[in-house]
Amino acid sequence: MSTSTSPAEATSTPPEDSRHALKHSSKRFGDTLFKALSTGSGITILVILAAVAVFLVGLSVPALLADPEDLPYGEFWAYVLPFAFGTVWAAALAMLFAVPVSIGIALFLTHYAPRRVATTFGYIIDLLAAVPSVVFGLWGINTLAPLVRPLFIWLEANLGWIPLFAGPVSGTGRTVLTAALVLAVMVLPIITALCREVFLQTPRLHEEASLALGATRWEMIRQAVLPFGTPGIISACMLGLGRALGETMAVAMVLSPGETIHFKLLTSDNPNTIASNIALAFPEAYGLGVNQLIATGLVLFVITLVVNMGARWVISRRREFSGAN
Amino acid sequence: MSKRIELQDVDIYYGKFHAVRQVNMTIQPRAVTAFIGSSGCGKSTVLRSLNRMHEVIEGAYVTGQVLLDGVDLYARDVDPVRVRRQVGMVFQRPNPFPTMSIRDNVLAGVRLNNARVSRKESDELVEKSLRGANLWNEVKDRLDRPGSGLSGGQQQRLCIARAIAVSPDVILMDEPCSALDPISTLAIEELIHELKEEYTVVIVTHNMQQAARVSDQTAFFNLKAQGQPGELIEFGDTEKIFHNPEEKATEDYITGRFG
Repeated sequence: MSTSTSPAEATSTPPEDSRHALKHSSKRFGDTLFKALSTGSGITILVILAAVAVFLVGLSVPALLADPEDLPYGEFWAYVLPFAFGTVWAAALAMLFAVPVSIGIALFLTHYAPRRVATTFGYIIDLLAAVPSVVFGLWGINTLAPLVRPLFIWLEANLGWIPLFAGPVSGTGRTVLTAALVLAVMVLPIITALCREVFLQTPRLHEEASLALGATRWEMIRQAVLPFGTPGIISACMLGLGRALGETMAVAMVLSPGETIHFKLLTSDNPNTIASNIALAFPEAYGLGVNQLIATGLVLFVITLVVNMGARWVISRRREFSGAN
Repeated sequence: MSKRIELQDVDIYYGKFHAVRQVNMTIQPRAVTAFIGSSGCGKSTVLRSLNRMHEVIEGAYVTGQVLLDGVDLYARDVDPVRVRRQVGMVFQRPNPFPTMSIRDNVLAGVRLNNARVSRKESDELVEKSLRGANLWNEVKDRLDRPGSGLSGGQQQRLCIARAIAVSPDVILMDEPCSALDPISTLAIEELIHELKEEYTVVIVTHNMQQAARVSDQTAFFNLKAQGQPGELIEFGDTEKIFHNPEEKATEDYITGRFG
């Protein structure tokens, strides 16, 4: 900071001195340090991402350029397509279950529950996020799969004419639907926690505007809370989707995998996901096979990138109406 | 339609905190009533008790009766949502919905309760309400633009248009000009003059010239002492309150000799 001079002194001092007082100070150490730290953190992210991309591309190229005859798992695109499909399909199903429930829980916590209940509930949600995925995998195999099998049988018997629920029903219950349910439980805490923060940010002014117009609480939520929170909800979903797309262990444990592309939810022949397939196949892979598996990882990387860019585009399209101005 | 509001033995609380004590007054229809008083004396609190917005805050409640043309707004079988349809409110800071266009903002109240309005009806209502808020000429070419893109004064008039679109009986205004420049303030004050032809208008203001300019009757609120609940000290014709008040405290406040 500048040296302290009384106003009287300041007017009487020579021009050089007063100019000196206004000079750009190089001594603001805190500012410099903070700028360096934050810039450094930003660059680190880019470097890590670039390193991962270079690794993926570098080790994928041999598999992508190789003669299909030499590849241990056969032609690359024919090999990766079922896994890419399985990844997107399982993640989409998981989001279908998780997003409405998460938004519902977040709304309950922010707008319906008494404060004490909301606090306790918040801790439980956070706790759920800390459960390791291998535990979710075990739970999926031992508890969820046997539990949902009767439901699957009922679905097949009553709604079997819908292709989604076509039989034969898996004997173990370890189908893509079960895996998606496990994934949904795993992404639930992430989306819920973020949506909760987003909903808490709704300006009180807008909520009151809506109530004063004669809105019921649900109408107020639809009129003020949800529109204001839309960009935040989309971001929360993207983080959840990122986890669902990349989740390895739980899917690898729960799913009884095949290499097919179909939308049947209840059969024992399920499309595997990219991450799960890498985990299952990697221990026995050698030579070009390693490159081929890494190339499937590159495909997952690209899928995630495309989905996120899509989400950003959706958010930016409504920027004018976002309430940020 | 314009309705009379009677407050009988109204006490207002925030949880254990007794905010306002024993208010008894009758607010006339087709007139502007101003609430004045220093910060924290409970005038906004009283205003918010007139459309049951006070109880939106957790733990807040009201005792006594608020009669709208004889009907007690706090009777057991009264739905606060319905009360707020009849008693519109304009807030201190302009608060159009940022995610909606100007047009949708005006229609926001009308569309509640799953009301279906035809395109033609809603067009007419938008024009009528915006004209009623003296905003039509400024925004008629950009009804589909976001409401948050307007100036502060225009946003406040948009909020007034939104409030009158549902044709309420009463319009409450909580310091509607305190965030606005003098020119926008003038526009709102002129509008208040027109609004009283059709509505009962109650306005809270910190600006005593404003109270003197726009209101027919004035209520002065004050605290007996720090930590005590606020009270209605004097209520009467604005002319009388400003020139010949009965209470010493009122005179001190009006003339600026106030601690």
